[in-house]
Amino acid sequence: MKSSVITFPGSNCDRDMDVALKKFGFKNKMVWHDDNELPKSDLVVLPGGFSYGDYLRCGSMASKSRIMQSVINFAKSGGLVMGICNGFQILVETGLVPGVLLRNKYLEFICKNVFVKLDNKENAYFKNLNKDILEFHIAHNEGNYFCSKDQLKEIEDNNQIAIYYCNKEGKIEDQYNPNGSIKNIAGIFNKEKNVLGMMPHPERMIDQSLSGEDGSIFFNNLINNIK
Amino acid sequence: MKVSAIITLKKDVLDPQGKVIHQALDGMGFENITEVRQGKYFEIDVNENDPSKAKAVVEDMCKKLLANLVIENFKIIETQ
Amino acid sequence: MEVNEQIAIDHGLKSDEYKKICQLLKRTPNITELGIFSAMWNEHCSYKSSRLHLKKLPTKGKKVIQGPGENAGVIDIEDGDAIVFKIESHNHPSFIEPYQGAATGVGGIMRDVFTMGARPIANLNSIHFGSPQHKKTKNLLRGVVHGIGGYGNCMGVPTIAGQTSFDSSYNGNILVNAMTLGLVKKNKIFYSKAAGLNKPVIYVGSKTGRDGIHGASMASASFDEKIEEKKPTVQVGDPFTEKLLLEACLELMAGDSIIAIQDMGAAGLTSSSIEMASKGNLGIEIDLNKVPCRETKMTPYEIMLSESQERMLIVLENGKEEIAKKIFDKWNLDFAVIGKTTNSKNIELFFNQEQVAKIPVNILVENSPMYDRKWKKSKLPKKNKIKNEVLNKFKIKDVLKKILSNQNICSKEWIWQQYDHTVMGDTIQKPGGDSGVVRVHGTNKAVAASVDSSAVYCWAHPLTGGKQVVAESWRNLISVGAKPIAITNCLNFGSPEKEDNMGEFVECVQGIGEASKYLNFPVVSGNVSFYNQTKEVGIKPTPSIGGVGLIKDYKKMISMDLKEVDNLVLIIGKTEGHIDQSLFARTILDEKNGPPPEVNLFNEKNNGESILNLIDKGYVKSAHDISLGGLLVAISKMCIKGNKGIKISKPKSLINEIEYFFAEDQGRYLIEINKEDLKEVTKILDKNSVHHEEFGIISKNDMIINEKTKLTIDELKSYYTNWLTKYMS
Repeated sequence: MKSSVITFPGSNCDRDMDVALKKFGFKNKMVWHDDNELPKSDLVVLPGGFSYGDYLRCGSMASKSRIMQSVINFAKSGGLVMGICNGFQILVETGLVPGVLLRNKYLEFICKNVFVKLDNKENAYFKNLNKDILEFHIAHNEGNYFCSKDQLKEIEDNNQIAIYYCNKEGKIEDQYNPNGSIKNIAGIFNKEKNVLGMMPHPERMIDQSLSGEDGSIFFNNLINNIK
Repeated sequence: MKVSAIITLKKDVLDPQGKVIHQALDGMGFENITEVRQGKYFEIDVNENDPSKAKAVVEDMCKKLLANLVIENFKIIETQ
Repeated sequence: MEVNEQIAIDHGLKSDEYKKICQLLKRTPNITELGIFSAMWNEHCSYKSSRLHLKKLPTKGKKVIQGPGENAGVIDIEDGDAIVFKIESHNHPSFIEPYQGAATGVGGIMRDVFTMGARPIANLNSIHFGSPQHKKTKNLLRGVVHGIGGYGNCMGVPTIAGQTSFDSSYNGNILVNAMTLGLVKKNKIFYSKAAGLNKPVIYVGSKTGRDGIHGASMASASFDEKIEEKKPTVQVGDPFTEKLLLEACLELMAGDSIIAIQDMGAAGLTSSSIEMASKGNLGIEIDLNKVPCRETKMTPYEIMLSESQERMLIVLENGKEEIAKKIFDKWNLDFAVIGKTTNSKNIELFFNQEQVAKIPVNILVENSPMYDRKWKKSKLPKKNKIKNEVLNKFKIKDVLKKILSNQNICSKEWIWQQYDHTVMGDTIQKPGGDSGVVRVHGTNKAVAASVDSSAVYCWAHPLTGGKQVVAESWRNLISVGAKPIAITNCLNFGSPEKEDNMGEFVECVQGIGEASKYLNFPVVSGNVSFYNQTKEVGIKPTPSIGGVGLIKDYKKMISMDLKEVDNLVLIIGKTEGHIDQSLFARTILDEKNGPPPEVNLFNEKNNGESILNLIDKGYVKSAHDISLGGLLVAISKMCIKGNKGIKISKPKSLINEIEYFFAEDQGRYLIEINKEDLKEVTKILDKNSVHHEEFGIISKNDMIINEKTKLTIDELKSYYTNWLTKYMS
């Protein structure tokens, strides 16, 4: 299975994602933001980091990079595109997924483990996953998901919510919401469910010695789904 | 009444945000730019009808909190 | 502008120093030259008050590849890998503008490390604030934490450990010390020594602005009437540009284009160019019109003294300019050939086709002033005699509650949760442990690092305090199973011109030297920050020690959380009951006098090495060094982290209960072992003459002390975790 990770100026989780994808069997290529063409891929990942320093709005300038036009075309033709953290912010800025990501409610960068609950397994990312609650890791300053009431209704009607922040038992409550996201939303699909944007970093959870191993479960399942 | 304050970095202080936004605009084809500087804009509703008093209060706020005079300047504009 | 003695004095030079300059030059310097002298001869660049004493520090060792004198120190971690590391202060700027001051401090130290060819793999920091009640403290703390996070997070380098303290002596002078570790291949280390004639000197990174042109240069007021607009003394950090600079430099370094490289830190272009020339015994010629400038009409004086961030100076091999330019263009960074190396041994500057400065390099470096400042020796204070009746008044539970929630003990999670500590995917011990630990990417090795300081002990008796900080750093590395290799030091003191403060400096350095020599834990880099002083009051002497150690097999790393019910906890090292200068004495008894605990280097070494031996044999399940707060604080943290209880019984024959539990005797650790291993562990410890005793048995829920005092883990947690969050909200 072939994957591509886009490196924007200021991306800093690109290497981590490369390591993770390779660990679980992807043939991964790093793609420079200024390139015109995506290499042939089964999965395109927009990694975390601070593209363009997150100056202006997070993800805004990266969403205008040259490579993004082919990423958008790839997504529109049904290709799998996953944006993690800053990658999610870039996806939002391109309009591939709805909503915006605001500054965290308590105005502070948060780096810690969280639990997320899957809402929808009818997609290439979570299909066949034998767990409903995963322990992931977040590290962000702007992960406070927001959208208008009408948009929210549309998102809910289309089953576009991918994951919610919750506790160990899967309870979705305000106290388990680290950043003030509307409805505890941690990740969102596009309507067709081939594009996934999420704040948590599964690539930081791929080793017992690191923060945990639920990322391994996610990636293993993902590659099997794509095969 | 409403008073606005615009906070900008002082002239010779590096503005990383402005610089990168400038580069991005350049890249998008807006080539006629000499400089971009980014700042902050505040709208403050002060419970005060005398414009000069209201402005003085906001000026005080700028000096004490909103701006760091080591690196920033502020400008006060009366809105309403 | 005509230069005279008064202008020199306004630049921070002493009258004698100015006379020496005129003598050496055999003429009066012009204003640009004077600026260069003042930058090179100030305390920060010349170490004129400290050099004499720093020379005495042990800096060599089998594992030392590069000691002090380069951008950072380098140590060997085997298999062709090396670690580059250094700590540096950014105290004064952080007090004026906490966010930018702290951010640029972090940026500066990372640049020192990647200048040598190393990719930064971990950041640490040691930050010290005034009393929590002081009106500025909260904002300074928030600003500094945001600044450190803002820069480090954006760079994508994990912040893996740190230290925070509060003490009223920092009310007017906070301390922000930042440390970075980088990983490099031994055969790809880059140095600042220029070599070869007519080699192109190139400038890369951000443009030069009027940032941080040093305070003393206010004297040049006549350059412009609008001096306020013109002289921002605080630099603004641009982590995004630095991230690009990092990637671009490493890309260029992968090839063979670079002869020498030096980052433009303090005194910018001046010190970087002079340093490269001086080390290579060469001259250097620069055309200042070619320096990329952010502002219009910058003068040679301003260009040479600007401290704009995120810039590098490189001496290239001939003919490599195009290769280099292509890389910097790709990363959207400024690139300019601004000069060349010469055999004149002078630094020669040109501006608008005119020579604007010409100074022999050796005058600036070798002839820079060095002072043997007067200093006062400290006496070891007399011990306090605290009566048993006084101690017996206290209930253990009350004392523990107060101490666990003390600002200098309590959990600093509010701080480190704002730092990305997991990016790069190799952090295997997060902040909050004895040391932070990161794996050496793609290998079985890991590197541990810790940063420590004990201003109270240093203040009570500098010589002992100096030794203690090194010993504590050593213990923190041992506690995670790392073999200590070397240290970096950041020496924060008051004015060297005051005998008391200078005495504190001299004796702390002596203590650091003695301990690092004995423990074979050499000093490979560091910096000195004097004048942390408001009016007549200096800070408590605060040397920060950053220690680095190696874990050969990362799976053998130890953490402090208690692992298993029914396991035993042993105390390694002897508890004598030293209460003076302990947190108990200072906060509960309000007794500020007395000597700090004695440091016995033989025991430190012996105990530490024996524990490493036990860890290597697989006997140690968890470990923690016993430091500030004493025994009960140490075990409480182990209980909280492991979510386990413990049954503790104090040996009857020993000292008073309070002394036993809250004394801060040195050289001690707590280790957890399996019951079945007790015999074997005892045998090893006895054989090495290490003092040890059984302390308790791990249980499920509660901490029970001498069968009468009971605390639940939740209680302990609430004392330990709440203070800082509450304070900041």
